[in-house]
Amino acid sequence: MTDVRFLPAGDRALVVEFGDTIERALSERVLRLATRLRELRLQGVVEMLPTFRSLLVRYDPLQTSGATLEKEIEAHLADEAGAQEQTRLWQIPACYDRRCAPDLDEVAERTKLTTNEVVARHSGTRFLVYVVGFAAGFPYMGDLPPELVLPRRTDPRVRVPAGSIAMATTLTGIYPLESPGGWHLIGAAPIRLFDPTWERPALLRPGDFAKFEPVDFAEYERVRAAVERNDYDVPFTMIAS
Amino acid sequence: MSPILRVKSPGLHTTVQDLGRDGFADVGVPPSGALDAMALRLANALVGNEPDAAALEILVSGPALEVIAESAHVAFVGGTAGMSVQDAHHRSIAAGRSVHLKKGDVVKLGMLARTSCGYLAVEGGINVPRVLGSASTYTRGTLGGFEGRALRAGDVLQGIDSKSEREELQLAAPLDAEFDAPIRVVLGPQDDHFTGAAIEEFLAGIYIVSAQADRMGFRLEGPVLAHTHGYNIVSDGIVSGSIQVPGSGQPIVLMRDYQTIGGYPKIATVVSPDISRLGRRSPGAKVRFAKMSRDEAEAIYREEQTEIAKRIANLRAARDEPSLNVEALYDENLIGGIVSARE
Repeated sequence: MTDVRFLPAGDRALVVEFGDTIERALSERVLRLATRLRELRLQGVVEMLPTFRSLLVRYDPLQTSGATLEKEIEAHLADEAGAQEQTRLWQIPACYDRRCAPDLDEVAERTKLTTNEVVARHSGTRFLVYVVGFAAGFPYMGDLPPELVLPRRTDPRVRVPAGSIAMATTLTGIYPLESPGGWHLIGAAPIRLFDPTWERPALLRPGDFAKFEPVDFAEYERVRAAVERNDYDVPFTMIAS
Repeated sequence: MSPILRVKSPGLHTTVQDLGRDGFADVGVPPSGALDAMALRLANALVGNEPDAAALEILVSGPALEVIAESAHVAFVGGTAGMSVQDAHHRSIAAGRSVHLKKGDVVKLGMLARTSCGYLAVEGGINVPRVLGSASTYTRGTLGGFEGRALRAGDVLQGIDSKSEREELQLAAPLDAEFDAPIRVVLGPQDDHFTGAAIEEFLAGIYIVSAQADRMGFRLEGPVLAHTHGYNIVSDGIVSGSIQVPGSGQPIVLMRDYQTIGGYPKIATVVSPDISRLGRRSPGAKVRFAKMSRDEAEAIYREEQTEIAKRIANLRAARDEPSLNVEALYDENLIGGIVSARE
């Protein structure tokens, strides 16, 4: 495990870095370590934040030290996957109707695909949730099929509507709330992604998988109304991780 | 629980804060909580609250609040400007001192002095629903605190109508903003993305807090820091105190309401006690950085906890001259000649 680096992040956090690219193999190592450390409940660990290629570990210096924690973590880097060998595969209703997808035509043009082909490729891919961040509940998911990869928009929007399904570089995501954003908007999901009253306040969590299930505009509106009434649960199945 | 304070005017940006929420970074929720955690803890101690009770964080210019409970025991900690109480006597109450107020009194915090943030604590705490384990307001996420936002005129704050007979207390020594103290940092996690000269510039240079300084982050202006291989990294985790350097080469210190991941290299991390010290500085204030090892930084954190406990243990009965703002007088050097006689 010589390719793992421990980096300090002040007096109350350290970073376990596995690499500096976005790829499944790195993410899997990050998530596996996070799962293992959660089981071990090492003294003084406050919380962990898995990202694409590193695990941020926040700790309480009154209960441990960075040096102690590094030794303890190092001893478990080679451990096999933890108990959580199943993960969720979410089936997210996705409306690719133009009313929900202001950038779909432009994406089709720039990728030299038809809009139907863009939709087929996007909805035909099983995405891994690498990270949840940027905004509460925003899932960074990948990887897009190579033919859908585009740089971010040169003119970011000041207001992206809540629920927008967006893509840029190798990633796709869903905006939980209206916010600024520089990704291409190719659809909308009529679901709630974050609710602080839930026991798991974010619907999607790092290590989950998701697939977009195309719905027409009428179905989109129907589901959205059901979500408003708290009468809709996003379907998922358990799969081997 | 009952209504205790009505907001007559809200001040620049007044929010409910406690010591913040841990455990939700992996779903994109930063800790929030007091910019100056030490001042919050002292304000709470002055009115007999637990250190992490919810209080009002006041930035730059404060609110006017009418007491609508039968009584309220309040204290303000932050800088040298005190509270003015509009009652029969029009009293002015020094910072760092608690005072009993009664129904109809209006407590007013004007422009803060010698800090840009302060805390008004009320005995029993401000009662707001705890969201994800904390009362702290995260305005960007419309989460926690009072309806997830800064206070507005007309808001009514809930608390405990205690009819308290607790003794009025004051700090043994005023809380110094330490404007001249260096802000201590641990290099990393991405100091290897900067040239050796950039690291030297960063540690030797003088930075100025820019006008873009809020609870999310403080943008600084000063020597430009050169990256070795570009200014984009694959996003990774942020903490309070992370110092990001975007393409402009001008550092941004992330404070309490930061985005939980970021794609710029982080040259260093401010040690946690000094986040309070930086939080007190306003646009235009100077910032110098000093580096230390992680072991030293952890030791400083532990010492800081002892120091806060000592300050709390040393709280003493308030002197019976609540109309004299002694700290402000010291600060303005009007009675500087007797400072040495105080100890």
